[in-house]
Amino acid sequence: MDFTFSEQQTSFRDAVSRFLMTEAAPEMLREIWETDAGRSPQLRAKIAAQGITGLSVPVKFGGLGCDDVDWSLITQELGYYCIPDSLADTACVAAGLLRGLGENSALAAEWLPGIVGGAARIAVGHPVNSLVADAHMADLLLLHHQGEVHALTRGEVEVELNPSIDQSRRLCRVSWTPGARTRVADAELGGKVWAEALDRGALCVAGQLLGLAQRMLDLSVDYAAQRKQFGRPIGAFQAIKHHLADVVIRIEFALPVLYAAAHALATQRSDRSLRVAHAKLACGDAAGLAARNGLQVHGAMGYAWETDLQMFMKRAWALDASWGDRGFHKARVADFVLSKDAPLGPGNVGDV
Amino acid sequence: MDFSYTAGQQAFRAEVRDWLAAHVPRQRLASFDTREGFEQHRAWEHQLFEARLSMVTWPEALGGRGCDLVEWLIFEEEYWRADAPLRVNQNGQFLLGPTLMQFGTEAQKQRFLPRIASSQDVWAQAWSENGAGSDLAAIRAKAVRDGDHFVINGQKIWASRALFADWIFGIFRSDPLSDRHHGLSYVLVPLSARGVSVRPIKGLNGLDSFAEIFFDEVRVSADNLIGVEGQGWQVAMATAGFERSLLLRSPGRYQRTAQKLVQLYQRHRAGADRDPLLREAVLQAWMDAEAYNLAAYHTVGKALLGEQPGVEASANKIFWSELDLRIHETALRILGERGELLPEAPAAGDVDTWLEGYLFAQAGTIYAGTNEIQRNIIAERMLGLPKA
Repeated sequence: MDFTFSEQQTSFRDAVSRFLMTEAAPEMLREIWETDAGRSPQLRAKIAAQGITGLSVPVKFGGLGCDDVDWSLITQELGYYCIPDSLADTACVAAGLLRGLGENSALAAEWLPGIVGGAARIAVGHPVNSLVADAHMADLLLLHHQGEVHALTRGEVEVELNPSIDQSRRLCRVSWTPGARTRVADAELGGKVWAEALDRGALCVAGQLLGLAQRMLDLSVDYAAQRKQFGRPIGAFQAIKHHLADVVIRIEFALPVLYAAAHALATQRSDRSLRVAHAKLACGDAAGLAARNGLQVHGAMGYAWETDLQMFMKRAWALDASWGDRGFHKARVADFVLSKDAPLGPGNVGDV
Repeated sequence: MDFSYTAGQQAFRAEVRDWLAAHVPRQRLASFDTREGFEQHRAWEHQLFEARLSMVTWPEALGGRGCDLVEWLIFEEEYWRADAPLRVNQNGQFLLGPTLMQFGTEAQKQRFLPRIASSQDVWAQAWSENGAGSDLAAIRAKAVRDGDHFVINGQKIWASRALFADWIFGIFRSDPLSDRHHGLSYVLVPLSARGVSVRPIKGLNGLDSFAEIFFDEVRVSADNLIGVEGQGWQVAMATAGFERSLLLRSPGRYQRTAQKLVQLYQRHRAGADRDPLLREAVLQAWMDAEAYNLAAYHTVGKALLGEQPGVEASANKIFWSELDLRIHETALRILGERGELLPEAPAAGDVDTWLEGYLFAQAGTIYAGTNEIQRNIIAERMLGLPKA
């Protein structure tokens, strides 16, 4: 029983954090998001050079062969620095999906090395999301049709952009025609890989939500320490302190839920979907409270477009309902908790 | 990261489970807020001690069995799973014990710890005063050095179970000219000492849950000083850290209560589902108890790597106390009009101990430092916000 990360895992996380701090500053992200594509190939190339895109790719395809536990630290950084969807969707969810197609999948052999290099962008059209994030500039789209997996290139689909309040988002309605030529997995295999993709997508979002919560907390603490009213920093007032302390508590008690979910998915525990659903809800709660209390602490500045808080806040609002909204994940928790003979009480942590 | 237990840990779990199955009293003990119940609980503690299960993490020489923290979690899980009695000596065992391990001399450890493990001595905490609650540093009760003794005068209040306990651990002003956090000393006092009088205070349950303690020229040996004279605040803060951390409130307790809440809800769904918020509250309670448990395993993992727990004990205390309140509130709402009935009421049905737990949960957000104080601590020491 060891519910901690290795030194290697945390030092990789620290390196990623230091890198994104300089390369993904808010003013730079704002510029990128204002372009039509909303994405920067230069930034993606730099991210790839850090090894992040190769995290989930097996060593034989040039990747690092890491798992969801490693990702649970990295997705928090992606959230903290507001890195848009295609990175996690490509490098974690799509890479997992391609791995799931099997050792001998030609598609996997073709695309996994490109993920490592950073050039390949892969959009994932899971039925839980009615729109496909970042389909507009995807090189490959993995799409769902009657339980099957289909793979199409950008030229084979039509996309229609749906603007979101979160400027980082590029949500697309995708029109396409399934055929025997596009099918890469039948419904039997597809059922398995789509179920795993859902857990992985939701887990990625949960990690990002928690990173967003931490960022909003940090921004709000900074603001409360420098903004003065009544002759003193507003952070000296208990009402402000308690708003922020409440966010700390939500984050502290969402973190282990996230990590346990990552471990459950990585080791294919039978309760993995429950653990992921719980993580998604807990991290969403933390981000929601960090946004609400953060805005309140920022006062009128929190409502201003120029204040960075809004970037993180809107992304938290958007991600909270992606890869399964609250109702979806709560229903999964309820299915478990209210089922007959569910192991609910003390002593249910260990692997069985 | 590895969630599997070793063979040794599994064997330990099995041993604890079997022992508890054979020994946990079938009949619920009387409340330890009564003299009769207090002594029943003391007798139970003695049984636990004989099986070397009262303080599993303590060294064998001091009455424990040298377990590590993972084994402690396992023990706690089994303990709560078995619905074993509440720990009457929790102040001695979970607060003073670890404080003595850290600050006590070898002689003090030998003298006090085995008797704590066996509950030959049951301890109460005597810190608060009428004018020193949240503002603990406003303590006025004095312990003035007189040769190899301290002479104690003044009064303490809100000492849980002090009416029946044997000893108290108190903080007193040992330097009469000192102010605030300075000049305090951490002193152990037998309640049988001449000059000590204890007046019970009834709690919400109508029982003598706590007491006021008066000290009139009470002489205790200087051997009973813990840590350095005049530096009692530092020792007290260590105790407070234990009180807010996992030690006092292990996750098994809340997982078990949340499990019972789910069962209660399942039995009463027809009525409960008229209010959809109850279903929501039941699911949230279960998730929060799980989160508390996972946080405990994470904390234990980090502690085993040598990381010292710090301010997060404050977050911990807020989390369990507010969770406990929500669980019991939800249970009473499910019980509806029967919620107010005492268990002996003919129409009580399956009210179980929900009402008693609800009353006790009201105190949780207050004792061990109010949740407002904990939020200040988080804001000031974790987030670095300025003091008021």
